[in-house]
Amino acid sequence: MRISAPAKGAIPMHDRPVDQRVHDFSEVDGGMTPGEATIEAERCLQCKKPLCVKGCPVTIEIPAFLREVAAGNFPKAAAIIKEQNMLPAICGRVCPQEVQCEEQCILGLKERPVAIGELERFVADTERAQGMVAPKKQVHNGRRVAVVGAGPAGLTASAELARMGYHVTLFESLHAAGGVLMYGIPAFRLPKEIVKAEIDAVLALGVDLKLNHLVGRSVTVAELLDFDAVFLGTGAGLPYFMGLPGENLPGVYSANEFLTRVNLMHADQFPVFDTPVKRGSRVVVVGGGNVAMDAARVARRLGGKVTLVYRRREEDLPARQAETLRAKEEGVDFVMCANPVRILGDRGITGVECVRMEMCAPDQSGRPEPAPIEGSHFTIDADVFIAAIGQGPNPLLISEIPQLKRGKRGNVTVDSEFRTSMPKVFAGGDVATGAATVILAMGAAKSAAKAMDRMMREG
Amino acid sequence: MYTIETAGQLADKVYHMWVKAPHVAHHAQAGQFVIFRIDDKGERIPLTISAVKGDSFRVIFMTIGKTTTHLAALKAGDHIQDVAGPLGKPSETHRFGTCVLVGGGVGTANLPIIARTLKASGNKVIGIVGARNAGLLILEDEMTEACDELLISTDDGSKGFHGFAADLLKQVMAREQVDVVWIIGPAMMMKVTCEATRPAGIKTFVSLNPVMVDGTGMCGSCRVIVGGETKFACVDGPEFDAHLVDFNLLMGRLRTYQPEEKKSLEGYHAHLCACKGGDSHA
Ligand SMILES: Cc1cc2nc3c(=O)[nH]c(=O)nc-3n(C[C@H](O)[C@H](O)[C@H](O)COP(=O)(O)OP(=O)(O)OC[C@H]3O[C@@H](n4cnc5c(N)ncnc54)[C@H](O)[C@@H]3O)c2cc1C
Ligand SMILES: Cc1cc2nc3c(=O)[nH]c(=O)nc-3n(C[C@H](O)[C@H](O)[C@H](O)COP(=O)(O)OP(=O)(O)OC[C@H]3O[C@@H](n4cnc5c(N)ncnc54)[C@H](O)[C@@H]3O)c2cc1C
Ligand code: SF4
Ligand code: SF4
Ligand code: FES
Repeated sequence: MRISAPAKGAIPMHDRPVDQRVHDFSEVDGGMTPGEATIEAERCLQCKKPLCVKGCPVTIEIPAFLREVAAGNFPKAAAIIKEQNMLPAICGRVCPQEVQCEEQCILGLKERPVAIGELERFVADTERAQGMVAPKKQVHNGRRVAVVGAGPAGLTASAELARMGYHVTLFESLHAAGGVLMYGIPAFRLPKEIVKAEIDAVLALGVDLKLNHLVGRSVTVAELLDFDAVFLGTGAGLPYFMGLPGENLPGVYSANEFLTRVNLMHADQFPVFDTPVKRGSRVVVVGGGNVAMDAARVARRLGGKVTLVYRRREEDLPARQAETLRAKEEGVDFVMCANPVRILGDRGITGVECVRMEMCAPDQSGRPEPAPIEGSHFTIDADVFIAAIGQGPNPLLISEIPQLKRGKRGNVTVDSEFRTSMPKVFAGGDVATGAATVILAMGAAKSAAKAMDRMMREG
Repeated sequence: MYTIETAGQLADKVYHMWVKAPHVAHHAQAGQFVIFRIDDKGERIPLTISAVKGDSFRVIFMTIGKTTTHLAALKAGDHIQDVAGPLGKPSETHRFGTCVLVGGGVGTANLPIIARTLKASGNKVIGIVGARNAGLLILEDEMTEACDELLISTDDGSKGFHGFAADLLKQVMAREQVDVVWIIGPAMMMKVTCEATRPAGIKTFVSLNPVMVDGTGMCGSCRVIVGGETKFACVDGPEFDAHLVDFNLLMGRLRTYQPEEKKSLEGYHAHLCACKGGDSHA
């Protein structure tokens, strides 16, 4: 069993009790107290060659900020973090720290790594409560840059370029900035006021945000190429469906639609908010990643009995372990080694027919390949079905620019400096990598911003 | 915030509105739509761009639920919080020869801009506008001006031909060569009317109106089946080849939120009665 309680000697969990949290969308994890934070930060060995920093895609000076926390100097710690990361309260919450900074921490060899993510969050939350301090920026240099998409990649590129003195216009097609941070990740993991506050800090650098602008439609490609440089951070928002019979019945959702209705449009508060969502009494979610866990936990909070169906074994679930554990605590039923083959129903859904899977020879990723077991079909009663089986790059804009070279999965091809095949056009984040993580998108955007700066200065 | 420049009623339950939004007006083409979100608590609803002038564009809509009813209550000088667009693919308006544009009910709103664009590409354009009765006819003058010929039908015979737009379409097909047809109206009307052109194999476009959320290809709410393939109407459409569309699926999916919509509209009316205006959210 891989899913277990936190290891001995771990920092205390701050999760709200299950019976309370399954009824609302307030944050599950309450975060550290100042006392806990100082004690935890004191554990850091202040390594001369800190391995943790190598694990952070935006290279936060981790020992330096931990030293300030240990000394109780929280504003200074915030300033150090923000030199490298303008979205620390977000990253502290959603970074998969266990496979990034914390995995590299030297203390992890013998005992438990320093809880870097939680401390980052603590520092950011403390600063926000006391009034955020704007980071330094250079005077305007007369050059204009366009950034497309206000997700973590676009926000980071905008912040970096604005601080370097560029005039940044940030185009976003939705009515709110944030990308997946706003419409995908639920408030009980990432409260929306926090996302808004960190976005406001980016905008305060002088970034000109244009909402409701779908580039490729509201702004033509020619208009876009009029800027001195362009960064594409349009994400991987195209939902995949499974091609099952019954998949277009009312009540079948992509995770994107289900989560957008609730997170961005507040369908959980219908009819105070106007957007409805089907509140299933029995919900089947298919998939095993973070997106599937989020959809399942949202459906639980809307009052449904939720079953999560995944074609591999529990130990293969790609979601973060802590979130899987929380989903289980919240009463999500896990049906592993099973795959849906048909959605049953006529005017709406009545059930989902599934087949059991067995694990055969390893596939390319080294994991055993699941194969259906003949004659093992069974049915789960359901009135809502949510497909969380992955997303592809948003095709709209990139298909309007045929010159843009794209990889096999539709992602924009970039070189090591995040240049695309078109002069002065750069790209980073999910649109280049396929669905990945917030911090990888931010790391890519930072490197791209540096390369854009170099290009513009050198001619 | 986007300013409503003019607003008014055209027919029973049918309203028009000019909204200032340069990013939309400067780029809008025939067949495209916008998404409105009236205020912070509002739903995102799609409406077709029906005319464009300078920095502004027009929508024409029918009040059927909460959001359209709320929209109809807004006046010149009021604001729409969010206007996204133009969205969707423009109509194919190259040179076909003779084009017939058939509008049913509020679907007629889409036609003038398509008619003008087709005329500009050198086509002959015949308009057919159908309504239940004379009082529900809209855009007659504008269509007369935009088309080479305009035919009118009413179900009750109170104006023009007594019968359905489909009958007029058949009459036109009988008297002259028709190269392409647009049929825009309620799903049931499009489903039935496009049977008129199927036997002759005349290329026929319909504009589909599935429930949308983002309108940018990110959620799949608007998926429709065309020629056996799943398409997202907001980015692959909204116009598709009528003879390949699975209308039954479209109509089934349009019913998804019927109970919720009823509740929302009832709440809105109850609230209006209670406070005579003010915040429109129940
Ligand atoms: C439900 C869910 C949960 C997740 N959980 C985690 C997690 O816990 N930890 C983690 O690290 N990662 C998580 N991820 C992944 C992470 O959110 C993404 O990797 C990250 O958001 C990618 O950032 P991005 O800026 O590249 O794209 P996005 O966040 O997708 O942002 C792209 C933005 O561009 C806009 N856009 C697209 N096309 C256009 C256009 N033509 N014109 C204008 N604007 C446009 C979109 O509207 C969007 O706002 C999760 C993802 C989902 C869906
Ligand atoms: C591309 C497109 C263009 C459209 N153009 C026009 C137009 O020019 N004039 C016009 O009157 N109507 C148009 N519609 C339909 C219009 O969007 C709906 O009438 C409107 O959303 C209803 O909202 P409501 O709150 O008033 O009604 P609700 O009570 O919410 O819904 C009533 C019915 O409207 C449909 N509907 C509801 N929500 C949506 C949604 N978010 N998206 C699409 N349909 C929905 C459903 O069939 C529903 O049963 C268009 C739809 C699409 C997809
Ligand atoms: S940003 Fe993420 S990877 Fe970097 S230090 Fe913070 S939690 Fe670790
Ligand atoms: S590796 Fe661990 S102990 Fe060393 S500096 Fe980084 S956080 Fe501190
Ligand atoms: S409305 Fe969301 S994909 Fe079309």
